[in-house]
Amino acid sequence: MLSHVLASEAPATPLPTGQYLAATGSLELLWLLVALPLAGAAVLLLGGKRTDSYGPYLAIGACAGSFLFGLVAFAALLGLDERTAQTTLWSWVPVNGLQVDMGLLLDPLSATFVLLITGVGLLIHVYSLGYMAHDPRRRLFFAYLNLFVAAMLVLVLGDSYLALFLGWEGVGLASYLLISFWFYVPAYATAAKKAFIANRVGDVGLLIAIFLMFAALGTTSFTGVFAQAELLAAGTATAIGLMLLLGACGKSGQFPLHTWLPDAMAGPTPVSALIHAATMVTAGVYLIARSLPLYEVSDTARLVVGIIGAITLVIGAVIGCVYDDIKKVLAYSTVSQIGYMFLAVAIPGAAAVAILHLLTHGFFKACMFLSAGSVMHGMDDQVDMRRFGGLRTKMPVTFACMTAGYLAIIGFPLFAGFFSKDLIIEAALDQGGLTGWLMGGTAIVVAGLTGFYMTRMMIMTFFGPARWTEGVHPHESPAVMTVPMAILAVGSVISGFVLVHVTPLPDFLAPVLGAEEADHVLEPIVVTIIVTLVSALGVFLAYQQYARKPVPTTAPVAVSALTVAARRNLYFDDLNEGVLMRPGQYLTRALVFADNRGIDGAVHGLAAGIGGGSGRLRRWQNGFVRSYALSMFGGALLVVGALLVTRLGT
Amino acid sequence: MTDLPWLTILGVVPLVGAAVLMALPRRQELLAKQVALLTSLVVLVLTIVMCAAFVPAGDRFQFVQAYDWIPAFGVQYAVGVDGIALVLIALIAVLVPVVVLASWHDADAVHVEQLPVRGTTSAPVATATAGSGASSVRVGGGTAVLDPPVATPPPPPADPPRRGSVRSFFALLLVLETMMIGVFAATDVFLFYVFFEAMLIPMYFIIGSYGGPRRSYAAVKFLLYSLFGGLLMLAAVIGLYVVSAGQGEGTFAFEQLVGLEMSTGVEIALFSGFFIAFAIKAPLFPFHTWLPDAGAEAPVGGAVLLVGILDKVGTFGFLRYCLPLFPEASRILGPYVIVLCVIGILYGALLAMGQRDLKRLISYTSISHFGFIALGVFAFTSQSQTGAVLYMVNHGLSTGALFLVVGFLIARGRSRLTEDYSGVANVAPVLGGTFLVAGLSALALPGLSTFVSEFLVLLGTYSRYPVAAVLAAIGVILAALYILLMYQRTMQGPLRLPAGIGDRIPDLRLREVLAVAPLLALMVFLGFYPKPLTDVITPAVDATMLDAGFTDPAPTQGNGAPAAAPTR
Repeated sequence: MLSHVLASEAPATPLPTGQYLAATGSLELLWLLVALPLAGAAVLLLGGKRTDSYGPYLAIGACAGSFLFGLVAFAALLGLDERTAQTTLWSWVPVNGLQVDMGLLLDPLSATFVLLITGVGLLIHVYSLGYMAHDPRRRLFFAYLNLFVAAMLVLVLGDSYLALFLGWEGVGLASYLLISFWFYVPAYATAAKKAFIANRVGDVGLLIAIFLMFAALGTTSFTGVFAQAELLAAGTATAIGLMLLLGACGKSGQFPLHTWLPDAMAGPTPVSALIHAATMVTAGVYLIARSLPLYEVSDTARLVVGIIGAITLVIGAVIGCVYDDIKKVLAYSTVSQIGYMFLAVAIPGAAAVAILHLLTHGFFKACMFLSAGSVMHGMDDQVDMRRFGGLRTKMPVTFACMTAGYLAIIGFPLFAGFFSKDLIIEAALDQGGLTGWLMGGTAIVVAGLTGFYMTRMMIMTFFGPARWTEGVHPHESPAVMTVPMAILAVGSVISGFVLVHVTPLPDFLAPVLGAEEADHVLEPIVVTIIVTLVSALGVFLAYQQYARKPVPTTAPVAVSALTVAARRNLYFDDLNEGVLMRPGQYLTRALVFADNRGIDGAVHGLAAGIGGGSGRLRRWQNGFVRSYALSMFGGALLVVGALLVTRLGT
Repeated sequence: MTDLPWLTILGVVPLVGAAVLMALPRRQELLAKQVALLTSLVVLVLTIVMCAAFVPAGDRFQFVQAYDWIPAFGVQYAVGVDGIALVLIALIAVLVPVVVLASWHDADAVHVEQLPVRGTTSAPVATATAGSGASSVRVGGGTAVLDPPVATPPPPPADPPRRGSVRSFFALLLVLETMMIGVFAATDVFLFYVFFEAMLIPMYFIIGSYGGPRRSYAAVKFLLYSLFGGLLMLAAVIGLYVVSAGQGEGTFAFEQLVGLEMSTGVEIALFSGFFIAFAIKAPLFPFHTWLPDAGAEAPVGGAVLLVGILDKVGTFGFLRYCLPLFPEASRILGPYVIVLCVIGILYGALLAMGQRDLKRLISYTSISHFGFIALGVFAFTSQSQTGAVLYMVNHGLSTGALFLVVGFLIARGRSRLTEDYSGVANVAPVLGGTFLVAGLSALALPGLSTFVSEFLVLLGTYSRYPVAAVLAAIGVILAALYILLMYQRTMQGPLRLPAGIGDRIPDLRLREVLAVAPLLALMVFLGFYPKPLTDVITPAVDATMLDAGFTDPAPTQGNGAPAAAPTR
């Protein structure tokens, strides 16, 4: 079986936590992974209009090169007994006790991410060739995409928290640039700014975690921190864990920093697929998985991660049920699905399952976003599902791909999500006790909600009568778009089965994330049946609501209070505005006023007083040389006198 | 190589250039500009050679020269640089040619007088004080009758007719360069004081003769604030001499003054004299109100040098003079200074968000940044202090670039107000791109040099004052807000330009790209590889810490083992 390939032979003497072996052979060239897309971005940005003609192809080539080298590196890693390879590039921030090197680390966890990022990234680069064909600024689009891939690779390959942070803010920048790609639309520019600020709030958490590590342990490298993690006082470890979690919440759109992610759909759809579904928003899961040795020391921090995941899981699914904008439904679905990952990564021994769901989600959510983009492409960039309907005959390939993604996300038996979601729910229940029942129960209920909102989206878009606005002529997208979609659709179908039964990912990740067999609270088959039934119930309810009754072209007004709240994002935006933005604006205005009147006013008052006094002094300035000479003599006498006194005094 | 009197040469070359400029015929404007550029480039080359000759592991002060100046009082012409002064002199050498290139047309009289710049005259007290300002608005209104009434807002005050010539503008820049090099190179406290005060004069004329509509008010305010601080410092300098004279030979030599014994009361008094002078210069909250006016009214090149270098004398002074000369006072008063710094960081950032005038906005961001620098100095760790010195250099590059780009925008739109612009990046993408990169450096994005310094300051501060560091870290979020708000208001959205400009503005010209590109390139390079700077700064910081009797706090919980290197 292939499983033997991925499962590491247990080394005779297992490496202690946080010990990595130096890279050799082709792995010494790890930096190429980052350098290729970075060079692509640099050429396109600095080369200007000259590169308009070949720029997009260069960008695709750079990403393809990175993907191919990623495969080589992955194979090389499989050939090592201890599956780690670390390479130090240069000394980055050296100041006495703080020595931060720029270094890269390839291990099963980062290697998995490398393939996800460059693989899905490559497909989306190709898709963009069709999607952005008519945009005059598409060179910039590809430059930003390359920049994103490079930054994301730094994020997962960096071998210290500071290097991770470099990539962390780098992807934030790329995300900002791409959300505001059509910056002449004010709402898009605002959405980009909101994303950056929300991320910055999280980033400060990550920074403070780094400060804590340095103050406590004197280092920020994975090696140094993990090797000393057990020496940390519980309070410190909890503080670090919570601060890391704050950073993860910002980047991954988790409660309470989740409101930026749906707004980020302002970016072109390939961006939503790559950055805001498959890769960047999962960086928070990576951060927590990577930092597991720290969470081992603090059960509190670990529990909070799980609670945040559970809360977000519900929020995303509830709001996803009411939106009519197809991209926002998918965005809230992403928020909810990442909630599953947060929930899982916090469960001892289940972190690998979180990464498994991250991968399958990467396939099916990217597939669904690209399909949605294809729908928009055929519908003159409309996103309102109430004006879709009956598109399955006009766009058969898009319909097939979306269906594959749909079956995967609702957990239809044998599709990708069926395996990964089930394992998460199992692990949640297996925690036992109240925590287990609460988290597991939540996860099961949300499985039903997922079935509901996704079925709603499918029916409103592809079934029923056409509700198109006049002048819209839906058509299938070109092959350059449908082929990447189809590849992702295949992934949505088989990736779950392959990664669980053919080449088991959890075994592969075990050296990094650990693996524990917990006692089962419920037999796995029982869990599977329950989850499948609950999902089916959600599907059935959506069918009753949207297939059996006509869909109005404007959203109904007479709806329940929960629906009204959900349409307003459960009032989170209002909360932000009322608690942070408005008071901030008033504070700023008040300070500007006070600075002009108060501080400067005091200075001016003082100046006026001195001015009055100086009028009297002016009489001394009478222009007669003799009186100046007299005063100079007097002054000199004083100075000399003072000096003599002090000299004599000693 | 090291035998040459490098620092004296560096100081004299710009003076010679200035003299040549003033000897040129008044009409030869282009030649004057070329001479100025050439002179500043010669200084740059000489500085690069000098930096290469500096030995990081060598003596603390290098390229030392000392001659008696006023033997009766032990005053010497004594110069020399440690790593801290060296990198700041290098910053001067980089910024001056950039400023000369960017200010190419700023002193061309016709250019400015026909098209006055719109700015804020928001401070009511200020308008009342600048009595002539009120009348000049009327004058402006009177002449505006002749023009077709296009703009709804009241016409800006006309510029008073008195203007300096092109050659004197560039000569002033060069004289200023000499003074700035001198102030960092001086190792005699009295000589330092002389340069500290003399540096004001060229800057006063640059603001007062070549600035915006309220230039005389701003110039006088700048001068009075600085003179007041200088007076306090003079008293403290004399006090130092008296104390040293009390213990033997009276001296102003820095290295002999370190470790001088004095009572705590005297120490606090003298510390305060130096501190207030530097706090005004830097400026720290609440000594800051002169900067927004000076920064807004100064010509762009002047603003770059003012905020980029002159103000650094304040933070440099904290590190060079306040800490080593008065360690006990620093220890006692340090926590209070930290409070001021944290307030300044947040206060400056919030005020920056509330500004409509682009140049005032950038000035307020600098107040926030100076808070970070002073925080690093007074946190007394080698990380925070190395970070503070790096911050001084990076802030010069970053704010310099931001002022330049904003200056390019203002030169096109003839308005300093954010609300007059929208969507400029639609028609001027290169201007928009450089604006964004400069802005990202101001918000300390990793990958740009400003991040390294801000990180070091906060990290070092955290290990001694965690609460202050966490509060200051909020400034990191606010920085993203004020930069992105400014960028969104001016560069994004649908295109709208100030009235009377038309519907297109030209993108950056080659000269402008050449001026700003070196700064951006340096920021990227130093963002990934700051080692050349930290290598020379850290030993100097260590020496300062030793003088002041501070050591880094040890990690509290680790096993103290050095980070394990990769095995095999």
